[in-house]
Amino acid sequence: MHVPDGFLDAPTSVATGAAAVACVGVSLVRARRELDDRTAPMAGLVAAFIFAVQMLNFPVASGTSGHLLGGALAAVLVGPWTAVLCTSVVFVVQCLLFADGGITALGTNIMLMGVTTVVVGWLVFRLLQAVLPKRLGVVPVAAGVGAFVSVPVAATMFVVMYAVGGTADIPLDHLATAMVGVHTLIGVGEGVITFLAVGAIIAVRPDLVHGARRVLASRELEIRPKAVA
Amino acid sequence: MRTRWLVLGVLTVALVLAGVASRFADHDPDGLTKVSQDHGFAHTGQTHGAVFGGYGSVTGILGVVLVLALAGGITYAVRRRRSQDDQS
Repeated sequence: MHVPDGFLDAPTSVATGAAAVACVGVSLVRARRELDDRTAPMAGLVAAFIFAVQMLNFPVASGTSGHLLGGALAAVLVGPWTAVLCTSVVFVVQCLLFADGGITALGTNIMLMGVTTVVVGWLVFRLLQAVLPKRLGVVPVAAGVGAFVSVPVAATMFVVMYAVGGTADIPLDHLATAMVGVHTLIGVGEGVITFLAVGAIIAVRPDLVHGARRVLASRELEIRPKAVA
Repeated sequence: MRTRWLVLGVLTVALVLAGVASRFADHDPDGLTKVSQDHGFAHTGQTHGAVFGGYGSVTGILGVVLVLALAGGITYAVRRRRSQDDQS
């Protein structure tokens, strides 16, 4: 979903750029609460992993491919504020070194593929965690569903931005239908990759997964009867 | 599993993926590119020259290392130090 230069007009790009700077700035302050000596090494790894997986486009439909965006994955593994930092680094490197996404569109891409997928992925994840049983096995499932939902929402955000500052005069309802349609399919891939990646870390080191903290905390507090149920 | 092994494991997966991704990645246009072609606004997009040309095995691995260094450096710098104010 990397937006190139020229899709959005200058004022819109300046606005998304300012929004991205603000989001990254706040995240730099807030991420401190999520990162300590034990979890900090995970953050760089998560960013590197997302960068690598984003290279791997998978086919979705009739001559169309998609790739991981990664906001939900990062949010569940290292926390939402740190996730904004991780995904932003990925988009900066892709933009400056690989010309993947426009330079004036860098803020747009950070807001769409980073901030939006982090926020939506994390909110859906937390919502599911609140209503589903507090078990470790639920964490990858909730993460996968959050990831799935985050992609069509990001596509919708693009349509909203295009409605504000798109440079071509095209019917927005058609654009919305096409964008949400294809990105719902891409969202399935996003959900599967997120489920597998979070599941793999949960299986070996659940204590390093930010989204599993509450589950582990409640487990430590509960007085367990001898294995019956 | 020791943290060291987990870190090495994830890093290995990322490097291997980056090394082979260019070979296995689907080369069809991605969702937004396809939509822009179908709806007649692909021509409004401009590309700029890429330092690394594109995603190959070598550039992919370099990219992973660079992202790791940048993101790792930033998050390491903003972390809470255990001696100062760790809550536990």
